Amino acid sequence: MKKIKKPKKPLTVEQKITRRNLISFGTFFVLGSAAFGGWKWLLNSPPEQAGVTGAAHRPLRRALNQTELFFKRIFSDNHLVRTYPKSRAAQRVRENSHIGMRDPGFKPEDWRLLVTDSNGQQLRISIDDIRALPKTEIVYDFKCVEGWDQIQHWAGVRMIDFIRHFQLEDSAKKEYMGLETPDGKYYVGVDRESALHPQTILAYEMNDRPLTDGHGAPLRLIIPVKYGIKNLKRIGTMTFSDTRPRDYWAEQGYDYYSGL
Amino acid sequence: MRWTHWVNFPILAIMIWSGLLIYWANDVYTVTVFGHTFVRFFPDWFYKALHIPSRLAEGMAFHFLFMWFFALNGLFYVLYTILSGEWRLLVPNRHSFKEAWLVLLHDLHIRKMAPPQKKYNAAQRIAYTAIIFMGFGSLVTGLAIYKPVQLYWLVWLCGGYSFARILHFILTIGYVLFFVVHIVQVILAGWNNFRSVISGFEVIESEKGAPEK
Repeated sequence: MKKIKKPKKPLTVEQKITRRNLISFGTFFVLGSAAFGGWKWLLNSPPEQAGVTGAAHRPLRRALNQTELFFKRIFSDNHLVRTYPKSRAAQRVRENSHIGMRDPGFKPEDWRLLVTDSNGQQLRISIDDIRALPKTEIVYDFKCVEGWDQIQHWAGVRMIDFIRHFQLEDSAKKEYMGLETPDGKYYVGVDRESALHPQTILAYEMNDRPLTDGHGAPLRLIIPVKYGIKNLKRIGTMTFSDTRPRDYWAEQGYDYYSGL
Repeated sequence: MRWTHWVNFPILAIMIWSGLLIYWANDVYTVTVFGHTFVRFFPDWFYKALHIPSRLAEGMAFHFLFMWFFALNGLFYVLYTILSGEWRLLVPNRHSFKEAWLVLLHDLHIRKMAPPQKKYNAAQRIAYTAIIFMGFGSLVTGLAIYKPVQLYWLVWLCGGYSFARILHFILTIGYVLFFVVHIVQVILAGWNNFRSVISGFEVIESEKGAPEK
């Protein structure tokens, strides 16, 4: 026996409404669940392998590194941090961290800056050698990754002047500069462009007086194009490399670049 | 337009949440009048309930990923609204500000008649256009805080670094308030209206009693 196919009736308006509602709500819930699933995946994604950077969700670290590449394109030596008159500078300058400065055996009078150039040659530079170089002052708004900022007054030798004087130009062509405290407990890596920015200073004075211990005596980094976390206090060693030097806060999940 | 609306909802939620993770690290904002602090953002129980404390690095990582999606989605919305001509229904016209007041009175049951409207009433026109400017404001102030040296002119435009951060914060509070009013209005508008935001059409009973699209 042959079945007779019923001719399809045109849908009534009610049926059309029901059908379209089903399709839209179906799509809405499928996409909504997919989005929720994606979010759960991201939230539960494993942390990156601990290395130069660490502690961040793996996809988020990739995003931070990609975002760095994007924003590096607008970096320029001509973009200067705003400076202020000295009268605006804070008298009670905020001290946020003493990591790397709790070494009881540290003797300021024996301190030397140990620079290892790209050929492995070592230089030991005393604070008097550094003070003999042209002094540059800066009064600017220091910015912390936590969200606070403060206008502060620092003085020292510009990094570019320092590099030129000690004929480290070839070393400074490397992609990164690594700085560490003498005890090696606090350490930062800075990309070449930021390290050689005209406002980056190796500071030995604050508010016209020698640096206090709490602010990183005898020599600290003041780098206005970075958050405070990169402004290493009590610099012990300086190195140059094409790969990222280890970085204390990047290991704890912060952006390696941390540029402003 | 429906698409960007629903995409924006989770993105904005993530941005506000990750923003909170960041704000916690330096939570200095209060509403203080004549030395008396009325509101402190935020009380400890609030942070604890939402597991906010000590997640600054995580918050920044999330914030700096989803900022891209927030910006792109906003850009799509604005482009679509302009290209499709829908902006005509959304942008306030010269009557809107007067009418919006009447809409408000009507919504508060003070006035019986609502002024005539097309797709959106005058109050909606103002609110939905303002929220786009707020979104744009969040992007601008956010960028100013994010790259204050490279984008120094944006910082200048926002009235300085600290003020940009305050604006960024106030805009966020604005979203939360917007959200509350928005939800109340959606509930009052009813199911048919809500369905239309998902499916794209509304069912209107015609005079004969037969449904019409």
